[in-house]
Amino acid sequence: MSVFKDAGHLFRFAGLFVLAFLVFLVVRHYVVPKSFGEYGHYRGAAMGEIAAHPAKFAGHDTCEACHSDVADKKSKGKHAHVNCEACHGALFQRLPNPEQPRPNLYKRFVALIIPPAPPDSPLLRHAEDPSSVKPEMPDTAVLCARCHTASAAKPKGFPQVAPADHSNGVPCETCHQPHNPAIDAGGAK
Amino acid sequence: MNITRRQMLILLPAAAVAWEAVLAGTPEASSNYKMSDHWWGMLIDIPKCIGCGNCVRACQTENDVPDGHFRTWVERYHRSDWPMTESGEVTANPLIVPEVISPDGGKEGFPVATDESGKYFFVPKMCNHCADSPCTQVCPVGATFISPDGVVLVDQTYCLGCAYCVQACPYGCRYIHPTKEVADKCTLCYHRITKGLTTACCEACPTGARQLVDLKDPKDPIHEFLKTHSVQVLKPQMATGAKLFYNDLDGSVR
Repeated sequence: MSVFKDAGHLFRFAGLFVLAFLVFLVVRHYVVPKSFGEYGHYRGAAMGEIAAHPAKFAGHDTCEACHSDVADKKSKGKHAHVNCEACHGALFQRLPNPEQPRPNLYKRFVALIIPPAPPDSPLLRHAEDPSSVKPEMPDTAVLCARCHTASAAKPKGFPQVAPADHSNGVPCETCHQPHNPAIDAGGAK
Repeated sequence: MNITRRQMLILLPAAAVAWEAVLAGTPEASSNYKMSDHWWGMLIDIPKCIGCGNCVRACQTENDVPDGHFRTWVERYHRSDWPMTESGEVTANPLIVPEVISPDGGKEGFPVATDESGKYFFVPKMCNHCADSPCTQVCPVGATFISPDGVVLVDQTYCLGCAYCVQACPYGCRYIHPTKEVADKCTLCYHRITKGLTTACCEACPTGARQLVDLKDPKDPIHEFLKTHSVQVLKPQMATGAKLFYNDLDGSVR
């Protein structure tokens, strides 16, 4: 084949290109995470990881499963639509988690290729262990005032009082039962 | 192909690392949750908000938001009256720009307002979960994205912390996490809504001023609400497709 007589160097060069492309494909296969591009230009597995975070607010349904008496009382009053955890705080609470130092460059690079598992989050759960974990009893002087302190900025129809004038320092629950705050519903149980 | 023992010893660990990546695979999403069945947003009913800051505190608890940073916050607006004579002359000296305060994001509530003039109102703010989001478009590595169910999320294992998205968000809803050094933002409590719970801020809101809405659910009351109320989104001129709907929003809000 006289045409290709002096073309050997071109074939060698072409071969080099093919080899480089193969190396690129192999590297790309390992470097790009498996789920990248599953739904778009991002790692599809990220959604599962974000969804795996533990929830700390359990939702009022969880509370009402055991505390149906309180739910009944609450349903008759003006606080019927205030969820339990709005006042009592999150049912699930995290144990103080030691702050992790920022991983070194190598670990961050590896993490790009191999996504690390979400860190274990030690959680205390009242619903699972009611005796040892109890939501804090809120202090009514702070709690009630948060919503009901009078301010020109609040919606006009919302019940609000100036705490000092209204009760002279007498705790709110002396007259108002927080679960059903109307006075004729009885004060402290 | 001839491989010497030396070459083999170099190749094997590399292959092992690569193989682990292949095996790692994708974690299973929640079992009976179908992303294609949902399109999430939120309704904020301004006349119901009392500025108690419950949402801000709940969000911080639920999502371990570092102090001084906010995934949601509450602003208090004070807009002047514009008293006019019959000939249309403004008699007072009104503030052109409303006075906006948000002490510590409204986490511990607001100072008592005594000035009865003008109009006060609270505006809870958070990620608008835009359908056409500017922040996801600028990410150079594909670490932030709009999920198929309409939530703007950050893949924090993939994020480089370049903060392009922080600048791109027209609503100021992103920040760089001080210890993780990656972008952080509201996930619309993705870990909760995929399990059938509502978001932490909605759960903690005592007046129902916040409501999680699913625009793909034909039974969601949002459809009726959007048709019968005067509902706006923030910065509509930016065409972000924001899905944070504000009922009775004052025109002075930016």
